[in-house]
Amino acid sequence: MNTSVFFLALRRMRAPLIVLVVIYAVSTCGLTLIPGIDAQGKPAPPMSFFHAFYFVSYTASTIGFGELPNAFSEAQRMWVTVCIFLSVIGWSYSIISLLALVQDKGFQQVLLNGRFARRVRQLGEPFYIICGCGETGLLIARALDRDGIRVVAIEQNEMRIQELELEEFAADLLVLCADAAQPQQLLLAGLQHRSCRGVLAVTDDDSANLAVAIASRLINPRLTIIARVASPAVEANMMSFGTHYVVNHFEKFADYLAQAIHSPNWYRLVDLLTGLPGQEIPERHDPPVGEWVICGYGRFGQAVVRNLVRQGVSLTVIDPEPEVLAGVPHVVGHGTEAEPLRRAGIDKAVGIVAGGNNDTNNLSIAMTAKEINRDLFVVLRQNRVANQVLFDAYDADFTMVPSRIIARECLALIVSPLLPRFLRLIRAWPEGRAAALGKQIEALCGNRMPLVWSVRLNAADSPAVHRFLMIEQGEMQLDLVCRDPAKRDELLPLLPLLLLREGADHELPGWECMLQPGDQLLFAGTREARTAQNLTLDNRNVLDYVLTGKDAEGWVWRWLCRMSAS
Amino acid sequence: MNLEKVVFGFFIVLAATLNFGFFIGEIDNPMHHHIYELFAAIVVNLIATILKFGDRTQIGAVHLSTSLVADLQLVAAACVWAIAVHVSGDGMSAEVTTSVVSLSGGALFANVVSVILLIVETVMLRR
Repeated sequence: MNTSVFFLALRRMRAPLIVLVVIYAVSTCGLTLIPGIDAQGKPAPPMSFFHAFYFVSYTASTIGFGELPNAFSEAQRMWVTVCIFLSVIGWSYSIISLLALVQDKGFQQVLLNGRFARRVRQLGEPFYIICGCGETGLLIARALDRDGIRVVAIEQNEMRIQELELEEFAADLLVLCADAAQPQQLLLAGLQHRSCRGVLAVTDDDSANLAVAIASRLINPRLTIIARVASPAVEANMMSFGTHYVVNHFEKFADYLAQAIHSPNWYRLVDLLTGLPGQEIPERHDPPVGEWVICGYGRFGQAVVRNLVRQGVSLTVIDPEPEVLAGVPHVVGHGTEAEPLRRAGIDKAVGIVAGGNNDTNNLSIAMTAKEINRDLFVVLRQNRVANQVLFDAYDADFTMVPSRIIARECLALIVSPLLPRFLRLIRAWPEGRAAALGKQIEALCGNRMPLVWSVRLNAADSPAVHRFLMIEQGEMQLDLVCRDPAKRDELLPLLPLLLLREGADHELPGWECMLQPGDQLLFAGTREARTAQNLTLDNRNVLDYVLTGKDAEGWVWRWLCRMSAS
Repeated sequence: MNLEKVVFGFFIVLAATLNFGFFIGEIDNPMHHHIYELFAAIVVNLIATILKFGDRTQIGAVHLSTSLVADLQLVAAACVWAIAVHVSGDGMSAEVTTSVVSLSGGALFANVVSVILLIVETVMLRR
């Protein structure tokens, strides 16, 4: 048991314990003073301390052996009656205090924290700390759990924690009810644990995320830190002290939207690679080039306008606050009404972005605009996952859900660290090449989002291949790790995207490419393909089969073969 | 003035004085060492121990440990008395009295340490 819990319990039990000691002392003392009688009914000296203590002990605990060692005198019986009632009161008081202590919220919190800290200490496998387990955190936790990565979560809202307990996870999700911005809570969650791989600050409060990022950076600089922000100022602040990845969902979505207008095939490819694996591939909607109307000029609206203007898209902004609109073509008013939409030229526009922070208003904007212009391309901002039903019913061309975007980014960073690198590289590709690769991946996974994963050819991640390349100085082509370990003539449904060797990138490496120890590879494919590939990478017998086509033999069988040959 | 501090100080000093009262006198003369005094010393020491529960400071920890030592010694003395009088039937012979009193002498030392700690604490606060 945790020592602090023990001392807290002792402290609370002081009064009942003292009452008990006093009752025992008074009872014992009384018995040693009152004269008794012997077997013949003659007066006898009182009980000694030893006998008195013995009698009080069994009477007070309601065992009651009777009157020992001799029958009592009347005076002794009177005193014992008093003692019995005193001891009953004493014990009841103690038990009630103990029960009250166990019921006490503070005490339970201490117990829970102690249990949480112990379980975190005992974690032997790599884990990530997720600060803020709201909609975003839960999406990330679920996906990580499916990939077999342990998660420790810190969440402030107690109701939320009760909901989390009902969620199904493969491995237990360790949740602490606390404010993640407090460094000691981060320490409790295992910030200094040797198996801790990283911290994800994904609360919806920028300042809390900032606090988490700074604390993690100072206390354990070896960790990967991924933080969510909404404001550009905080983003710059975080980057300044070396947060590894800062995910600004407004900026990210605005960038994707602008890119999608400018180069739709590139966007389609990014969408495929960063999607939540296993979900159905959405239908393709390419945003058209032309006039755009942006409703709402908050942080999201500003990010969209900045990115669209950079891509040379002409647009009009609608917002009720005239002060913030300087410098952009604008109409003052509410996008939910038809009149401002008409003034912004909705009948000539090709698309509209409903980007307010109220889901109902956004839907209303979209519906009003669609009434006026049937052919509009609608981009909707969804603020709460809870409103999913409404957005499904409306079925906009593009829906921006902050929690989805952040979860996708975070997962891509954790599960496949090479992916951001690859995405940067393909930005420079011509449209045709991106389109071809996109088609190839779609064909590979059959209407499901592909899984994207990284492989390192080192002793820890792929022991069999590393041993073969390093110690046995063997040579193998890339296609060998892409073959089915059950049927070596068939290739697994996966595609090598990137080979990173000694700091140099090789995009889309060919099958005949020779592997070297220390190589890092990025693959896209199905989950089953990844499992099968892991078998080849880890298991020497499977690797032998893939290399030679012969099944591995035990030494008995080999000896028999040799005997029969000779 | 804080009532909690008064009670705390009272019990610690009372534990030491009762212990001293039992201890003083010729070491092997049962007439000088009344068994009721030992009883009172044990009870007051137990109360003093319970009062010291739950203080997480360094000085609080030492306080608690001195009290636990005193309890242990006094309970050992009581056990020796009980065995001599009730189990072996020797009664309060000179040897038994000596052993009971010397055990309580050990407890007295622990209690004196406790009182010194109390004084030190007070002086530190007065600084």
